[in-house]
Amino acid sequence: MPASTSTAESRYEAIEADAPDRDLRLAAAERAAAMELPSAELEVWRYSRIGELELAAFTPAAVESTVTGADALVATKSTLIDELVASMSPHDVFDELNAAFNRTVAVSVPAGKVLREPIVVTHHIAGDGVALYPRLLIHGGADSEFTVVERFESGDDTYALVVPRLVVHVSQAARVSYLGINLLGPRVWQLAHQQATGERDSTTLLSTVALGGDYARVRTDARVVGQGASTKQIALYYADGTQMHDFRTLQDHIAPRTNSDLLFKGAVQDNAKSVYTGLIRIREEAKGSVAFQTNRNLTLSAGAWAESVPNLDIKTNDVKCSHASSVGPIDEDQRFYLESRGISPAVAERLVVLGFFDDVLAMLPVGDLRGDLRARVERKLVGSAS
Amino acid sequence: MSTLEIKNITASVAGKKILNGIDLTVRSGEVHAVMGPNGAGKSTLSAVIMGKPGYEVHGGQVLLDGVDLLALPAWERAQAGVHLVMQYPIEVPGVSLTDMLSAAFDARGRATDGLVSEVAAEAKRINFPVALLDRSLNVDFSGGEKKRNETVQLALLAPKFAILDELDSGLDLDALRDCARRVEDASNTDGPNGRLGVLAITHYNRLLAELHPDRVHILVKGRIVASGGPELADQLEHDGYEAFSDAPVVA
Repeated sequence: MPASTSTAESRYEAIEADAPDRDLRLAAAERAAAMELPSAELEVWRYSRIGELELAAFTPAAVESTVTGADALVATKSTLIDELVASMSPHDVFDELNAAFNRTVAVSVPAGKVLREPIVVTHHIAGDGVALYPRLLIHGGADSEFTVVERFESGDDTYALVVPRLVVHVSQAARVSYLGINLLGPRVWQLAHQQATGERDSTTLLSTVALGGDYARVRTDARVVGQGASTKQIALYYADGTQMHDFRTLQDHIAPRTNSDLLFKGAVQDNAKSVYTGLIRIREEAKGSVAFQTNRNLTLSAGAWAESVPNLDIKTNDVKCSHASSVGPIDEDQRFYLESRGISPAVAERLVVLGFFDDVLAMLPVGDLRGDLRARVERKLVGSAS
Repeated sequence: MSTLEIKNITASVAGKKILNGIDLTVRSGEVHAVMGPNGAGKSTLSAVIMGKPGYEVHGGQVLLDGVDLLALPAWERAQAGVHLVMQYPIEVPGVSLTDMLSAAFDARGRATDGLVSEVAAEAKRINFPVALLDRSLNVDFSGGEKKRNETVQLALLAPKFAILDELDSGLDLDALRDCARRVEDASNTDGPNGRLGVLAITHYNRLLAELHPDRVHILVKGRIVASGGPELADQLEHDGYEAFSDAPVVA
């Protein structure tokens, strides 16, 4: 099926007539229109619900985003931003669509600057049958330290496709943390792609909390390109009803003595689904690297389904590498232990599930948000017990 | 005064019959020891009383002041007043002792205002490190810390009856003494539910040196083959379990 079935004119209305990069955007839109939508037969979309997508049902529109925390650091145009965009290398129809229709927020923190408070970017997803293409570019100068939170929010009635793109560049010795929070309504699809690059001795944290959406996919590629750089990827995801959360991660070691760590924990209940597919790639030049990958899933209902697919691709012997994954119900012994103290099964289950997520919650970069996110998880649990 | 009556219990695990008719009666303030070799059914007895999943009861009753515990789910048995101190306390990541006790108090309609200081006082009393109170239950605890943790729970939940499933296994002498003395205090002191009745299930009699049982029962092949006073434990120490394997049931 062609990606675009409506007329070129109406499809391109979302590209502003006076946009300085209008020609580039139009060219991307033309390329997208000529491309096929991917299918679940492609390895990178395996287990996904991409086959259900009716792209023509969504009209491109401008996403409304607000930024708080450090206005002066939000850049609109700079050579750094151009370099980040250039590094994105579009490769599928959604990347091209994002190139054509994106609304960009760019955060550039100068070398040596340390920000105590997080920069918070909130995308207010609204409309009926709209396609929204937020783009967030983050550049951390050498030895800088800061956190960016990106929130995706919508009402329950919103019917939308959100295709976010994130590019994070962490310069030498910088410490950059990112937290993406999906609080989308039950009729919103999300197809996110995140790319992070860490230079020498840098520290990058990419974290995700996914609670919302109908089908919400996040693909995260974390590349460690400079010696001594480290990345950490964590996620908490919890799907109920007929939701599906889909994660695809890459820990790509390109330089010697690099570190990567990953901890993804999810739960599914009712008829919800989740998929985790992760690859650790240690290239030949990445000698002395250390990489860990752990994915744990709780299936809280008989009708819920979770899949975990860890992969290793190691091209040198001089590495320390391990992965672990599990899918299963709540541990019966843990439940019995709590029940044997007089705690009802519903409360015991709530304690065990909240406990299961506790380590990920504790690792989230913005402490102030933990209480709210924990309460949101608890509300989903209480919903299941009724 | 409360009474826990175990009447002619027969039970199996995974299709294998383990308990072949157990009769025992424990009253408030009494300490009963059930001693037996490996495989005699000691842990099965404790699991059946508490309602652990995976155990099938074929016949008999467990009555707490006349209430049939076997008709209740585990959490309601606990609220009725029985408490199992586990042989192998379970690790619960992300749930602290304080979290657990708070939920257990809530479930009983007990106020949790003073919980933190009550837990701290009880922990101090049996030398359980206060630093562990807010850590994940039993995760990376030593053997002694696990059993002290179990004993803090027992003391604060103040049940009518405690079943100690091999409290002593793998326990160093100091921890054994701290835990056993706390249990013995509870059996000698009037609490909110009167004096604690104790059913101490054990393989060895070093626990009994601290706990001073009123009655000792020998469990072999799913039956109580001998019952008597504390001297029975001494006889067992001298003769071994072999001497009891063919003994008649003593009422």
